[in-house]
Amino acid sequence: MLKITDLVKRYGSGDPVLKNLDLMIEGESVVSIIGSSGAGKSTLLRCINRLVEPTSGSIELNGTELTHLRGRALRTARRKIGMVFQGFNLVDRLTVMENVQSGRLGYISTWAALSRSYPKADIRRAFELMERVGIAHYADTRADQLSGGERQRVGVVRALMQEPEILLADEPTASLDPKTSEQIMGLLRDLARELKLPVLINIHNVTEAKEYTDRIVGMRYGRIIFDDQPAALDKAAMDEIYSGSPHADRSDPLKEAS
Amino acid sequence: MTSISEQFGRDEWTRFTPKQKLRRWAILAACAIAIVWSLSSIEVVWMWVWGAPAQMGDLFGRMYPPDASNLGTILNVLWDTVNIATFATAFAVLMSLPVAYLAAQNTTPNQATLWLGRLILVTSRSVNTIIWALLFVAIFGPGVVAGIVAIMFRSIGFIGKLLGEAIEEIDKRPVEALEATGASRLKVIAYAIVPQVMPTFWAVAILRWDINLRESTVLGLVGAGGIGIILQGAIDTFNWPEAATVLLAILALVILGEVVSAFLRRRIL
Repeated sequence: MLKITDLVKRYGSGDPVLKNLDLMIEGESVVSIIGSSGAGKSTLLRCINRLVEPTSGSIELNGTELTHLRGRALRTARRKIGMVFQGFNLVDRLTVMENVQSGRLGYISTWAALSRSYPKADIRRAFELMERVGIAHYADTRADQLSGGERQRVGVVRALMQEPEILLADEPTASLDPKTSEQIMGLLRDLARELKLPVLINIHNVTEAKEYTDRIVGMRYGRIIFDDQPAALDKAAMDEIYSGSPHADRSDPLKEAS
Repeated sequence: MTSISEQFGRDEWTRFTPKQKLRRWAILAACAIAIVWSLSSIEVVWMWVWGAPAQMGDLFGRMYPPDASNLGTILNVLWDTVNIATFATAFAVLMSLPVAYLAAQNTTPNQATLWLGRLILVTSRSVNTIIWALLFVAIFGPGVVAGIVAIMFRSIGFIGKLLGEAIEEIDKRPVEALEATGASRLKVIAYAIVPQVMPTFWAVAILRWDINLRESTVLGLVGAGGIGIILQGAIDTFNWPEAATVLLAILALVILGEVVSAFLRRRIL
């Protein structure tokens, strides 16, 4: 269970990008976060695994408070949070297998990592997951030889290798063509079911959000203004989410979070 | 002036305003004056300059035919020269790795280490190999060791600087992704940074070996080992035919080095 309470993020001395935000994710649901560019979707996701430092508030994952962790404790917590990126963020010059195994770097010894002598169980798991998403035959291929959809599959497998307790996906389909994009969304939904994994997806494509996720969270410049079943997202709600201007919304103290 | 209607109908256009033109001519004149002034201040003995072709012909005459009777020794020392360059490059490459790590803004642990790294680079690069060699001949005595250390000291700055810049220019997104998996600093470096700077690493190492080969041929002039010692000896004793052989041998070595490094570059990169 992921529990975010009163989260605030402010870059420098500007207006807060996240304003007293509360969000709870329970069970193995697939949740999408929609909202215009600059609404704070990416910042919210990155606060969870602390790629971005939250200014204040609390983020709890299965009973562990994440916001104050340092050093080794932070790395141990990050092992349990998988992340998939818009730009895939693979290491182009390494093979697919090395990229996939880099999801285990938090677990294996430095020597095993440097000498590429991965534990047998990890290799088996890698092949199983790669087989599942259809990239097992690329194990020895360099990552930059793959197409966009295949590269994102590598990204997904790398995240799943961590045996995460939650999967964060930051616009995982924004760099993909429509057909590949649907395949990846379907894959994320199915994997969430199979692995009983809660998934949090930032997404611009509202149609895909409605089709592939169980719950939609609508953000508007730092606040959550919609949080319901996909069916409840009507025209009025859409207009509400995608209107407003960053500056006016962020600096207006009267409009509190819903 | 800016609207289309005002521009319409104009039939003259100049790239520069009169004021700009004046300034450009002034800069050109200043450069010309500077050149004339510096030429007149270095006190060239023009008689010697005009006599150069005759001197050159005379020197060639004394060098020809090259005397190959000492070829065995020359080749032997030439091999020493290759070894100086190769060992020095290998050591320098190893020692420049931590320096590059410190001198790159995105990997250095803190501000103090950044400045330490940059200090090492600047120190190494601002002193010429021959000056380093003079210093190390005084420390280690004349010979190959002084040569190796001198070339190494100069190379660390060169390799470290280029490698450090390569580290600063990497794609940061894989680094972010691996940090998000809970990997330690060392593992992130090994998996996200090292693969990205590998091509630059090999290119720089080969380039530096190529340069070091040339530099090691002159080290002997200050007593730091290699072919330069024999060249110095031949010139000092006016043994011009042997000096010619040494120069030809150096030329052959440099060409060979060029061929080898071109081959390696093609194979590795």
